[in-house]
Amino acid sequence: MTELAQTVIEIEKTTRRVFLARLQALGGLVLAANLPDVVNASEPAKYGADGMPHGWKDNPLAFVAIGNDGTVTIVVHRSEMGQGVRTGMPLIVADELEADWTKVRVTQATAEEEKYGNQDTDGSRSTRHFFEPMRRCGAAARMMLEQAAAQTWGVPVGQVRALNHEVVHEASGRKLGYGALAQRAARLPVPPRAALRLKSPAQFRYIGKGETPLADGWDIATGKAQYGIDSRAEGMLFAVIARSPVLGGKIASVDSSQAAKIPGVIKVVPLQSVAQGAQFQPLAGVAVIASDTWIAIKARNALKIQWDDGPNGTYDSQSYRAEQQQAARKPGKVLRATGDFDGALAKASRKIAAEYYLPHIAHATMEPPAALARIDNNHCEVWAPTQAPQVTREDVAKHVGLAPENVTVHVTLLGGGFGRKSKPDFAIEAALLSREMGGKPVKVIWTREDDLHHDFFHTVSVEHLEAGLDQRGKVSAWLHRSVAPSIGSIFGPDPKHELPFEVGMGLVNLPYDIPNLRIENPEAAAHTRIGWFRSVSNIPHAFAVQSFVAELAAAAGRDHRDFLLELIGPARLIDPASQGDTWNHGESPQIYPVDTGRLRRVIETATREARWGRKMPPGSGLGLAAHYSFVSYTAAVVEVAVNRNGELKITRVDIAFDCGPQVNPDRVRSQLEGAVVMGLSLALTGEITFKQGRAQQDNFHMYQVMRIDAAPPEIHVHLLPSTDWSMPLGGVGEPGVPPIAPALCNAIFAATGRRIRQMPVKDQLAQTAKSENA
Amino acid sequence: MDLSINGQSVQVSASDDTPLLWVLRDHLGMTGTKFGCGMALCGACTVLVNGEAVRSCVTPVSSLAGKKITTIEGVGATQRGKALQEAWVALNVPQCGYCQAGQIMSAAALLATRPHPTDTDIDAAMAGNICRCGTYPRIRAAIKRAAGKTGEVS
Repeated sequence: MTELAQTVIEIEKTTRRVFLARLQALGGLVLAANLPDVVNASEPAKYGADGMPHGWKDNPLAFVAIGNDGTVTIVVHRSEMGQGVRTGMPLIVADELEADWTKVRVTQATAEEEKYGNQDTDGSRSTRHFFEPMRRCGAAARMMLEQAAAQTWGVPVGQVRALNHEVVHEASGRKLGYGALAQRAARLPVPPRAALRLKSPAQFRYIGKGETPLADGWDIATGKAQYGIDSRAEGMLFAVIARSPVLGGKIASVDSSQAAKIPGVIKVVPLQSVAQGAQFQPLAGVAVIASDTWIAIKARNALKIQWDDGPNGTYDSQSYRAEQQQAARKPGKVLRATGDFDGALAKASRKIAAEYYLPHIAHATMEPPAALARIDNNHCEVWAPTQAPQVTREDVAKHVGLAPENVTVHVTLLGGGFGRKSKPDFAIEAALLSREMGGKPVKVIWTREDDLHHDFFHTVSVEHLEAGLDQRGKVSAWLHRSVAPSIGSIFGPDPKHELPFEVGMGLVNLPYDIPNLRIENPEAAAHTRIGWFRSVSNIPHAFAVQSFVAELAAAAGRDHRDFLLELIGPARLIDPASQGDTWNHGESPQIYPVDTGRLRRVIETATREARWGRKMPPGSGLGLAAHYSFVSYTAAVVEVAVNRNGELKITRVDIAFDCGPQVNPDRVRSQLEGAVVMGLSLALTGEITFKQGRAQQDNFHMYQVMRIDAAPPEIHVHLLPSTDWSMPLGGVGEPGVPPIAPALCNAIFAATGRRIRQMPVKDQLAQTAKSENA
Repeated sequence: MDLSINGQSVQVSASDDTPLLWVLRDHLGMTGTKFGCGMALCGACTVLVNGEAVRSCVTPVSSLAGKKITTIEGVGATQRGKALQEAWVALNVPQCGYCQAGQIMSAAALLATRPHPTDTDIDAAMAGNICRCGTYPRIRAAIKRAAGKTGEVS
């Protein structure tokens, strides 16, 4: 049995079944299906929302309420973190409901997946999974209002119709507002799913228009919007925690005598240590509870703590990189093999090899992790900016010893998520400290230093590629070895290999027309907490593959765009399983095959709009990259100028995107604008390093993120039009990120001839210029 | 200690070294001003002190006696502040929105000295405010939109 299989069994033994379902949703499904002892292999595979814990719900009584004054309240069960879900999801319901948007109020669901369906806001799938259920909610509520009006007037329901917040009976000219009908409608049975009449797309009022103002726009602009860190309760106390700087470390000794003397300090509380692979359990630490945040921070600084670092105390990113490189230069576990790579390489006219490095990165959400909890009469209430409400509820319940029914999780706005806030460790901390204070409300705040030191970091990768070109300059052989610690390491014994959902992010599922291909995944052990970061393993895989294709094009003396299109080959539908991708972002391979025609179209669009092929002034260049992820297709062209001192300016970015039909095109655009900035930010300066097991970056002066003066003056988003609403929806939040870094480095190469293979770019260009100018 | 916040006199009792940020947030419940870094590196906590943009996370409350503090909760009372807030809403600037209060406060300070800022002015004045979601293109556009409106009457 492989170690990975062992991991799955361990997870099954030690956690509840619902957790296994969550791991399956991440890509453990097929793996587990190979192990009949773990799950029943005869169960048909479930895809999309069906494959998520608690699946989907479409009961209008859970999602829609109409007041006597006509106010329509729509419940949003997914978390708002900037992707616009609190606008987009209600907009779908309101449209089918024929509601007037100005009379719609949006309210946030607490954690309750039995009622609302899956609430994990990640994987770029909220709209993809809930477009249809939300339409059905709206349509069912609309039909109930129509029925209520028909009954009131004593006319057949076929003679009435809902129109913009009223039901009208055209024959008699009678009208009744939704408020007047609400009570009667609420007493009617919910129409069965099969009887629902959905609108035709031509009747859409809000869907696809992109004209709906943001649900929280005014509250944000006036400071009223409530994030997790803004949560308040009567008698609330404030806590910060000194956590073990090394994963798995323990408190050897703590002297809190100085801290305790600071006026306003209420209690110093040690928190238990945890082993590696402890999921979202808080780290070992010493909490200071005080009457305000500032006092808590000051008192924490006064703690004297000796840590017992444990085995990860030797983790050093520099020497770890050398280990990864060694692993990448030797054969590893084969994930996919087609043809005969070795034979084809031996016969190749040109052999090219390159190795790429991508360091750990931190999410650095502008709102650091923070949560408020109180326990009253055996009921725990939590206010948290969480991407995973139900996981938060279950984990808090487990840690404070209550049943999940006795835990209420209020989901606040998230000041950024990017995957960090899928892990509810900070909410568990708040609940544990509240319990410590006899149930009093305690708000835990992470400082920026805490956030950067104790993140669930994006993995660290060495990507090794080799290829052979035949006499005509075509790629005849391709080898890709990816060496990166797995997110699986936080769920139990370290699998030391990338899981199906990680390799399915642009490693094995290479949609290229290459006859001899081998993809390998040598071992890599985790020494810090590895977690999802917006677009996850697509970041290293896309960077390596898209950089390498540009290198091959240059070696073959070909135009990069033409070379890439030729490599993709003709428009065709590829079964992901035929590429060794058993995951396919959790979606059905029939409904969501890989469509190389769509990949070609985004490349053609981005290059056309960027006027690819135009003559560039010296020191300037255009770079291209394209990537399929989250069942969407993205291509980017970055334009740069590099001066003789190696100073880099990004002058323009064109990004073309095909996610199928777009429910709220304005938020799709904003997600892509943001993905461009975040992608550039990571590529230019994103790096967390470790020494003696400790993250070395403390705050934004050391972990730099892009500021307005470095942001490109022009970002052009090109959405591929789609009015065919029978087409399945693609993901939006993440797929913009992966092509940005390689497009940038390809542009730098075009401008300077310098190939950047190590992320981040930082001062590499300036260093080269310095040595060349010397 | 007496503070003047958004035109109102407010009594607070906090130790002298307490940054204004935590007085606003923890003592007064004015949570519109955000914590982002604690080192004046990100701008999320920006307020106006006598009209100038100040990072409240490093400004001891004891240094503010007799000075006029304006926060995101009060900036809309000025024509410039309101124009900025309206521009932010009209252009759907925010994504997560967490940094936007600080962005608007920095923009208000910018427009006070440069009613018609150039791109260079905007970049210089706003470079202290990080937006992790990457709303910079829309921030630039919203400042120009607000400047266009207030410019006509100033």
